[in-house]
Amino acid sequence: MRPVDEPKVGLVVVSHSEMLASGIAELAAQMAPHVAVLPVGGTPDGGLGTDYESVCGALVGADSGAGVVVLYDLGSAKMTAEMAVESADDAARYAVVDAPLVEGAVAAAVAAQGGARLRDVAAAAEGASGEAPVRASAAPARRSLHLVTDPVSVEIELNNDVGLHARPAALLARTVAELDADVVVRYGESEASAASVLALMGLGAPGGGSVEVIATGKDAREAVRRIEELAERGFDD
Amino acid sequence: MTCTAEGVVSALRAAVAVVIAHRDELVRLDREIGDGDHGENMRRGFTALLSRLDSEPPATPGSALKLVATTLISTVGGAAGPLYGTAFLRAASAVGDATALDGPAVAKALRGALDGVVARGKAEVGDKTMVDALTPAVAAAEAAGDDMVAVLVAAADAADAGAESTVPLVARKGRASYLGERSADHLDPGARSTALLLRAFADAAQSDERAQR
Ligand SMILES: [Mg+2]
Repeated sequence: MRPVDEPKVGLVVVSHSEMLASGIAELAAQMAPHVAVLPVGGTPDGGLGTDYESVCGALVGADSGAGVVVLYDLGSAKMTAEMAVESADDAARYAVVDAPLVEGAVAAAVAAQGGARLRDVAAAAEGASGEAPVRASAAPARRSLHLVTDPVSVEIELNNDVGLHARPAALLARTVAELDADVVVRYGESEASAASVLALMGLGAPGGGSVEVIATGKDAREAVRRIEELAERGFDD
Repeated sequence: MTCTAEGVVSALRAAVAVVIAHRDELVRLDREIGDGDHGENMRRGFTALLSRLDSEPPATPGSALKLVATTLISTVGGAAGPLYGTAFLRAASAVGDATALDGPAVAKALRGALDGVVARGKAEVGDKTMVDALTPAVAAAEAAGDDMVAVLVAAADAADAGAESTVPLVARKGRASYLGERSADHLDPGARSTALLLRAFADAAQSDERAQR
């Protein structure tokens, strides 16, 4: 693990509405206490719109050294964000991402809190769409795929306090991210891809509960082993 | 005839007056198929431009165009800010440090503006946006020859026709695209404001020319 005091990627939420930007920033920051999540919304006179100067200011304000992911609501907020990034001294420090605003902000905040780098935080936001947990019974195609490729599965006890909440979910996702394995976590009737922090959190698996981990692919065994080990350590809580 | 910094500034002042005069029309057009802010956003941006033209009189055509860009970017607050901002910024770099613009230089500035708008907004002809007014305007300007006034008049005429051509279109970009088929039978406010600006520039150039005779 990286040291706790290493700078974390910041987030800027650009919306036409000050209330919307603030609400989303509040929601995302709740999951990521050490991540700077700055809302920018509305025009200086309190109307709806996006203000270029405010976005420029927020880019600087949210950057604690690891860069900033920028999320936006509608087209002109995107254009304003892109202009602000282009005019920055070092445009490579900023990533304007096309993501569902609420889910993307939460996923990005969680990834940033977990110490992910700029590229990975951006990917977490972008990958936040369509990754919600699916009912296992509603995904027969996926299950049959696991059968033909000889899945490795194991039952895991969540012996930490919070279960698969933000940080443990992020840890689990990161643990298997580099492996060549398709990992699914099942809790009750729902299952989630281990590639999606948000989907894992969405399972709502509590501390003291247990989940089934099903892995397929070349590194399936290693993926299961790593997750078991992580759970045995109580997710480093 | 060519266009010096003074000529560009007088064309910009004319544009400010036109934008203010058409504020309500642009609000109405944008209310029909968008969020209704275009007229007020344009008025805010161009009013700010007027005071900056007074306080920081530009020395070259390029610096005048750049002043428009930075003012609109920081004051408009809607899609028109980044779009017109990028357009004027690219127009400014197209003319460089030239002290006077002839017809081809104006056409080059317009081409830069169009390229900027397309790069920023990713719209194509037929999407029901300002690109539908600006694209034919650039083509007409490039075919209009050496005379600066003739180039601007050709651009303004083509932009008017291009803006009109947006009426039957279904929007594929911007807020209006959320309306789908219901966006048809309306004039696009961005195309309209582009046509208004080019007409203001052409009228200003023509009246400057008459005054010099
Ligand atoms: Mg609008």
